[in-house]
Amino acid sequence: MTTNYQLKRADFIFKNENDWEKILSKNISRPPQELINELISSELKGRGGAGFPTGLKWKLSAEAVDEIKYVICNADEGEPGTFKDREILSKVPFKVLTAMAICGHVIGAKEGYIYLRGEYFFLRPELNKVINEFEYYCREINFDFTIRIFMGSGAYICGEETALFESMEGKRGEPRNKPPFPSSYGYMGKPTVINNVETLAHTYTIFKYGAKRFYDLGVQYSRGSKLFSVSGDTPKPGIYELELGMSLEDFVEEFGDGDTKAVQVGGASGFLVPRKRFNETAIGFQGKLTGISLPTGGSMMLFNSSRSMFNVLDNYLEFFREESCGQCTPCRVGCQQLLNGIKAVKRGEKNAQYLDKLLRLTETMQYTAKCGLGQSVANSFSSIVENFREEMIY
Amino acid sequence: MVQYLSVMANNIKITINGVTVEIELGTSILEAARQTGVIIPTLCYHKDLCVAGNCRVCVVEIAGQKRLAAACATPCEEGMEIFTNSFKVRNSRKHIIELLLSEHNADCTRCYKNGNCELQTLSSEYKIMTQDFIRLVPFKNYTIDQFSPSIIKDDSKCVRCQRCVRTCAELQGVNALTVAYKGDHMKISTFFEKAMNDVVCTNCGQCINHCPTGALVEKNYIEEVWDAIADKTKHVIVQTAPAVRVGLGEELGFETGSRVTGKMVAALKRLGFDAVMDTDFSADLTIMEEGTELLTRLKQVLVDHNPEVKLPMATSCSPGWIKYIEHIYPEYLDHLSTCKSPQQMFGALAKTYYAKARNLNPETIVSVSIMPCTAKKFEAARPEMHDSGYRDVDYVLTTRELAIMIKQAGIDFMKLDDMHYDRLMGESTGAGVIFGATGGVMEAALRTAYELVTGRDVPFENLNIKPVRGIDGVKEATIKIENPLKEWAFLDGIELKCAIAHGLVNAKKVMDSIISGQSNYHFIEFMACPGGCLGGGGQPIPTSPEIRRKRTEAIYAEDEGMPLRKSHQNPEIIKIYKDFLIKPLGEKSHHLLHTKYTARKRY
Amino acid sequence: MDPISELIKNLADQHGRNRHNLLPILQGVVEQEKYLSEYSMIEIARELDLPAAEVFGTATFYSFLEYKKMGRYIIRICKTITCSMKGKNQVLMAIEDMLKIGVGETTPDGKFSLLQTNCLGFCHKAPAMLINNEVYNELTPEKVREVLSMYMNRKKEGGPYDN
Repeated sequence: MTTNYQLKRADFIFKNENDWEKILSKNISRPPQELINELISSELKGRGGAGFPTGLKWKLSAEAVDEIKYVICNADEGEPGTFKDREILSKVPFKVLTAMAICGHVIGAKEGYIYLRGEYFFLRPELNKVINEFEYYCREINFDFTIRIFMGSGAYICGEETALFESMEGKRGEPRNKPPFPSSYGYMGKPTVINNVETLAHTYTIFKYGAKRFYDLGVQYSRGSKLFSVSGDTPKPGIYELELGMSLEDFVEEFGDGDTKAVQVGGASGFLVPRKRFNETAIGFQGKLTGISLPTGGSMMLFNSSRSMFNVLDNYLEFFREESCGQCTPCRVGCQQLLNGIKAVKRGEKNAQYLDKLLRLTETMQYTAKCGLGQSVANSFSSIVENFREEMIY
Repeated sequence: MVQYLSVMANNIKITINGVTVEIELGTSILEAARQTGVIIPTLCYHKDLCVAGNCRVCVVEIAGQKRLAAACATPCEEGMEIFTNSFKVRNSRKHIIELLLSEHNADCTRCYKNGNCELQTLSSEYKIMTQDFIRLVPFKNYTIDQFSPSIIKDDSKCVRCQRCVRTCAELQGVNALTVAYKGDHMKISTFFEKAMNDVVCTNCGQCINHCPTGALVEKNYIEEVWDAIADKTKHVIVQTAPAVRVGLGEELGFETGSRVTGKMVAALKRLGFDAVMDTDFSADLTIMEEGTELLTRLKQVLVDHNPEVKLPMATSCSPGWIKYIEHIYPEYLDHLSTCKSPQQMFGALAKTYYAKARNLNPETIVSVSIMPCTAKKFEAARPEMHDSGYRDVDYVLTTRELAIMIKQAGIDFMKLDDMHYDRLMGESTGAGVIFGATGGVMEAALRTAYELVTGRDVPFENLNIKPVRGIDGVKEATIKIENPLKEWAFLDGIELKCAIAHGLVNAKKVMDSIISGQSNYHFIEFMACPGGCLGGGGQPIPTSPEIRRKRTEAIYAEDEGMPLRKSHQNPEIIKIYKDFLIKPLGEKSHHLLHTKYTARKRY
Repeated sequence: MDPISELIKNLADQHGRNRHNLLPILQGVVEQEKYLSEYSMIEIARELDLPAAEVFGTATFYSFLEYKKMGRYIIRICKTITCSMKGKNQVLMAIEDMLKIGVGETTPDGKFSLLQTNCLGFCHKAPAMLINNEVYNELTPEKVREVLSMYMNRKKEGGPYDN
């Protein structure tokens, strides 16, 4: 079913006016506190999926007392269904580098790193060229900031901030205990701002146009625009910059294929929303239209009625079971139990009530896992099992 | 006064289970709870090691936070309200234990650690009486590594607390074990999953001491020793190391740091050993040989300027240390004393001196030792330890294995009357017993060497050389030689610089300082295990700084309680030289009591 | 010096010999040799003064740091949900059929290894796969056969088409 319905678009991220040199020079001569206030008033929240207020993050690192600090761009995009960061780094890398440099100015860091996932190795040659040009300009304007690429080697968990630090330090990517937090103890134990690629691109927008232009988009608690990676059963897969706060019903109206059964919002770590809840669900960080709101890294995967939700959940649990770092009990063993559990229920080896035991297990995982991976398995597990229980059994 | 005020400013108020308490800022929730009489169960936490926070057993609820926090890894903050046994905590903890059990070979009745396993204790406390979760063990290809003479590694019992990895890295600096793979394949492994005896492992057994379950245990020879005792044609003699007598009691109902020497001898006799003698005797013997060796080396270096002779001289009684230096610093083997360890000296004499004195055919002698150590099992099996003409020490039992045998024999240990060691190789001095503590070998050597050189007692009150004692990883002591006897005139004015290191990570520090030229020691005592032998890999489990401290106190109390405190005063030592060895470093000594070392690869 | 030790020494000269330089060095060896043998791990440990077990433990954490012998071209086909939905299995069967190997195996001539991997970030152009560092997406059984033929006809190592 084709529809001419369109959600509110924005066009900040990919619009390239080749003005990064101007934006960089302008902003590194503004006092750091002013830049922090600008970010805070924009209410920009992290676009990697965790949604931490960016202004606050920069503020905390700026306040930390240390000679050495770091700015790290988290380009370990690995959440299933997410592919926007790759696009940003291919199309408008200068915005990201500029944002990193401005961050360096704000917090007092002279070194920036881009942690690039191993699967995106093919981006490296071009990115290196861009970095060279960028560093050349920095030297010209006497701004002390270098950027290096650090390659990942195939580990989804390294997208978790402290696991990323461990990886950069030459160790296994096992998340650390928090506290302490990266703003005081990050890479090499130094205060570090670590931001998602898209978040940095948005800070560029804010520093260019001012906080109000950004703030005016979206809704309360969910200001601004966001890139959405749309895939699955949809006639128009791709990357779209949309205002936050839209209802899922409207989203499906534009992107569905007419037979959308469910939408996975936020990747395997996110929630599966069934058709009956589309009109209750808004895409944002908090607050509501009429019902729940979901934080998201922007991955939107659409499933039509031909898809088995059991296969979907099986796929996610297989993913988590493999990608878990394995150090903490609830995640390492929990993921194995969940996967084996749903298989056993499907095969009839365990009865349907076992699903309830597994649901309680996911609650425990949510409360006790050491990092976001283990804590988020509950999201997709509970949303799929609760809404499509029959598909788990028959 | 100012200091008092600043301490006050660093205190904060928190509430635990409704009770408000004042604690120091920065204290972990776990520690704060312990101070207020609340015990939070743990698994991956260990007092000797850095905080890991991965088992999630110690999770607690903090008011205002949806997620539970790991008590070991979370510092208290002003006004925190903590609940250690709320509905959420209890149910979560139960789940965690059930999860651990689901990936665990829970065949407890057939497990070596049955009765002393932390997972068993947790499961029992929480009354886990059903297994609702799917058993994961059949899906895994668990392996048991039994190739090492000292350590058995059973992956099916591993809870992945990583205590062994942290021990081998932080306490020992050997890093034989690591965490490998990720996800459901994550496991504790050696390099390329090789057998423990195929990688650089010193057999120190510290990993065994810190393992909460039966994943790492010692290779036990209990049945072999029972068989030997039962064999009427065999004459089974046993020697007991100094550290055993201050640790054995812990396994048999006594408090930590109890001295059970007399009861231990009585128990050994009841077990059926034909002769019960003391490694402390050969410790005294080691001092005679090693003390003489040191003085000889000093002369050869300071007077003869012999380039082949190396200083500093390092002790050689810790087989974990020996294997360590063989792998990591093979170019420095010349620095090791050529003396065997007391265990091996005893073993060589058992089948020669003792056999002759008792008119026994050495072939019928089975020589057993009770050691606080797992590396001794490796040492006894070293190919060069056959100087008696037979294998010098046939079986090595750890303190733990002896306790098992005592229980198996139905001996009510606490009710035993004290008995004495048998003659010939059973007498010892206080110098011999302090071998069990770090600094002990050094102190014993100084007590004898100083008197040999000057004719006087060491200038320390009551012969207690305090500078070499204590828990510091590296200790230093300097003794000035003044007015020596005529034959030692070349040592006049020399400041004898000594160092003591315990824990292999400290051995590395000392070795590196020697290599870099930063230090100029003459004599160094190296012990592989933290605390010295009393903290050895064969001692009762659990271990902790507090436990080792109590055992240390016991060792020095034992020393003070002995009539003779210097090795050269031991009448049996005087006798063995008169009747058999003739003199230290003499031909007989050279043949039976000294050894060579093997250069091994770093990787 | 043998080629591996030489490579490792050069990598260490280039990146440094600290612990935080370990990952680029491991990656450098895998880049050239396609996997990390026991020998190369020991040489890295020696060069960086690290315990061998630490190198092993770190390397085995990362999916792209292979420690078993691999072919010259490593095929990694994405098995996450969208690629799965869009026909990954047919593509996989086509590869297995053409190369006569299954997942986890290497062709006898040492040319191709076949592995599955997780989300490559091309969900809107699924199914996707990597061959070494090159991405191929919008795959169909026909397309993948074309791609593999291209690799089969490639000149030997060092040619202009090698990546």
